[in-house]
Amino acid sequence: MAIEAAEIERLIREGFPDAQVTITDLAGDGNHYAAEVIAEDFRGMNRVQQQRAVYATLKGKMDGSQGELHALALTTKTPE
Amino acid sequence: MTNPAHDTIKSTVTDNDVVLFMKGTSSMPQCGFSSRIAGVLNYMGVEFKDVNVLADEDIRQGIKEYSDWPTIPQLYVKGEFVGGCDIITEMTLSGEFDELLSKEGVTFNKEAADKIREANG
Repeated sequence: MAIEAAEIERLIREGFPDAQVTITDLAGDGNHYAAEVIAEDFRGMNRVQQQRAVYATLKGKMDGSQGELHALALTTKTPE
Repeated sequence: MTNPAHDTIKSTVTDNDVVLFMKGTSSMPQCGFSSRIAGVLNYMGVEFKDVNVLADEDIRQGIKEYSDWPTIPQLYVKGEFVGGCDIITEMTLSGEFDELLSKEGVTFNKEAADKIREANG
């Protein structure tokens, strides 16, 4: 099952309203995406904590073999 | 609430310095992301235990709960969850992964790590 890039972006923005979110469809199959999330909220968190927080906004979409999203290459940063 | 899969995972990551939970095995990975981390570890000469989550559904689900991390592969060093494919790639290229291994007393080939950075710099 596929998911739209816009839907991923919407979910992440819900959790991080002030973040810069860039989604790239890597394979053009609606199933392999790259997401770059730049948010002030990440300051003071290590990478695992940052990415956990992003995954949390996508809860359910990535879980299990029925997950709609097979692969999301995540990059998280704080603003320069 | 106890989950036997969590107990198995805990003893696996405690008994082995470096553990990679992956799809497939170190010599026969079945997912590109798993393959990438296994490839980095093998190239850097890091000894690690590979756990094929495709062989055990309880571990496959259990590992996600154990680390509160929804995807596989997952790399553990000295019992601590370090990250998935993206984090390990970033850390390898920035040299942070070398620092972590050195700090934890895990043997690796520094020259090989430098070569990865040269080739991807």
